Amino acid sequence: MKRFWIGVLVLVIVCLAGFAAYAWKPAIDPIEPPQRSSFDQALIEKGAVLASVGNCTACHTKPGGKSFAGGLAVPTPFGTIYSTNITPDPKTGIGRWSEAAFSRAMREGVERNGDHLYPAFPFDHFTLVSDQDNKALYAYLMTRHAVESRPPANELPFPLNMRFVLAGWKLLFFDKGAYREDTAQSADWNRGAYLVEGLGHCGACHTPRNIMGAERKSAHLAGGEAEGWDAFPLDRSSSAPVPWTHDSLFAYLRQGWHADHGVANGPMAEVTGNLGRLPDSDISAIATYLISRMGAPSPERAAAAEDIRKKLSVDQGGTPIPASATTGSPISRGGAIYQAACATCHDGSRPQPFGGIDFHLSSIIAARDPQNAINVVLFGLPAASGRESPIMPGFAATLTDDQVADLLGYLREAYAQKPAWADAKAKLADTRSGKYRVSIRPSDGIERGPGNVGAKD
Amino acid sequence: MVKLNVNGASHDIDIDPATPLLYVLRNELKLNGAKFGCGLGQCGACTVMVDGKAVFSCLTPAMLVEGREIKTVEGLGTIDDPGPMQKAFIEQQAAQCGYCIAGMMMRAQALLEAKPDAADADIRQALEPNLCRCGTHMRILRAVARARDLMQGKSADTMAPIAATGRG
Repeated sequence: MKRFWIGVLVLVIVCLAGFAAYAWKPAIDPIEPPQRSSFDQALIEKGAVLASVGNCTACHTKPGGKSFAGGLAVPTPFGTIYSTNITPDPKTGIGRWSEAAFSRAMREGVERNGDHLYPAFPFDHFTLVSDQDNKALYAYLMTRHAVESRPPANELPFPLNMRFVLAGWKLLFFDKGAYREDTAQSADWNRGAYLVEGLGHCGACHTPRNIMGAERKSAHLAGGEAEGWDAFPLDRSSSAPVPWTHDSLFAYLRQGWHADHGVANGPMAEVTGNLGRLPDSDISAIATYLISRMGAPSPERAAAAEDIRKKLSVDQGGTPIPASATTGSPISRGGAIYQAACATCHDGSRPQPFGGIDFHLSSIIAARDPQNAINVVLFGLPAASGRESPIMPGFAATLTDDQVADLLGYLREAYAQKPAWADAKAKLADTRSGKYRVSIRPSDGIERGPGNVGAKD
Repeated sequence: MVKLNVNGASHDIDIDPATPLLYVLRNELKLNGAKFGCGLGQCGACTVMVDGKAVFSCLTPAMLVEGREIKTVEGLGTIDDPGPMQKAFIEQQAAQCGYCIAGMMMRAQALLEAKPDAADADIRQALEPNLCRCGTHMRILRAVARARDLMQGKSADTMAPIAATGRG
């Protein structure tokens, strides 16, 4: 018996030692911060475009702060993580990181000093990025203005504040390795997949996460959550009333809106704003790949879309009244609110993007979750600074919770022919009280972009 | 019939309940402070307060604000006895054509009631939805900062100069 327990003990020690060996990452020696002149200009420019694909600025710049200096609070279900300073400042940024250290961070989610990084930094996607692209990103970041700024310490409970725990997370959920071409697909498709799954990290928002905060591989791109917004499904379960096509998705990503789908809002506004730097060929490749993930729409969906098109071509200016809208019913109250407060823009003569979308076309109204509809009704779409942009006033001060609920119920039934969301009231209360945090962005998405007007530099 | 509480007085008004509050204020109650600018909630000239918060009255059907406290610029004071917000705007001569001013004052009033010690940056941010075509923004910002100080009981000679808003 004694021998048995010794055996167990040895096994435990071996396992612990094995995990320690797996978890332990060496520090990579600091370097003298490289001179700007040591980087090729073309490489820096390539890196600028890639940084836009990665939307690096979204997390690594605090609104109104210096570009890439970090410090943005990223709320997670586990606690608050503050983004790091990725300017080349030698003390507080990545100025003393070698290219090898940078590439390792992208590939493996490990800091220069050997600490594991939290998966709020999407290394599970960035691991796919090629060496050449990492080289260009490094050149770009190392030639930005160095900003001395240390982000606040993360607010995470024990044991999540111990970084070696992350090695366990990686063991369970992280597949390391560069992108592998799917030879059965076109070069265009592969380019799109590389951008979407890798640096673009679309799945970080558009894939649901499990209880440990890892993307659920079985539900890839099936819709997730981002900064208080419902990130719509990019697979077969897309809620778009008129199914996305390659051309409409290309135009939406290129210009931030499309007549069949409306204006990019919430965190997506920033994404489409950043994608403005990409060549058309890359945006087209992204569209090719995503459309293949969505698949051809079912005959029923295609027919429903055709109905909507027909309705919109003949029924200009009509407000649908559902059969259930009897006098004094919530649906009829909601219809009256729509008619009086919303129709001016959403059923007016002004075309998109400066006029409102007809709700027959709205993915938000057709979505399974009411969150985006709640966000838009309460907070609207703020104007962008210094350039023309779509805008919608928020109705938080005008509409009571009951009134918003009536309005949402009407919109659901009249435009999506679906029953009112059962969880709308609870979500509405949490959103209004601030218990559920929502980030509000202007529509053009440039507010925190590298060439932006929001950052003070 | 719609029952509205405006500037502390109750009114029974015989109108279509969907009529925008702005039209009710101007046409029925002859309160002409709030102005029609764009009718789309994009300029702020029609701003009034509902339960202490600034709203665009052009986009607010009267039926939605029944039983709630509506306040217009006329509720901030009178010609003989202007309130601190109005006093500050007069002191700073913040109006040029004046069309946007009632809306500016109401949004500023809502800010200062919620945040009496609003910083100059808060004022700038809060007034973002309100446009002024004459370009008197600097004076408007100064007037709101002055109103904040007046409301906090500071006399003119103890007020700090307002640097952030510059010359206007």
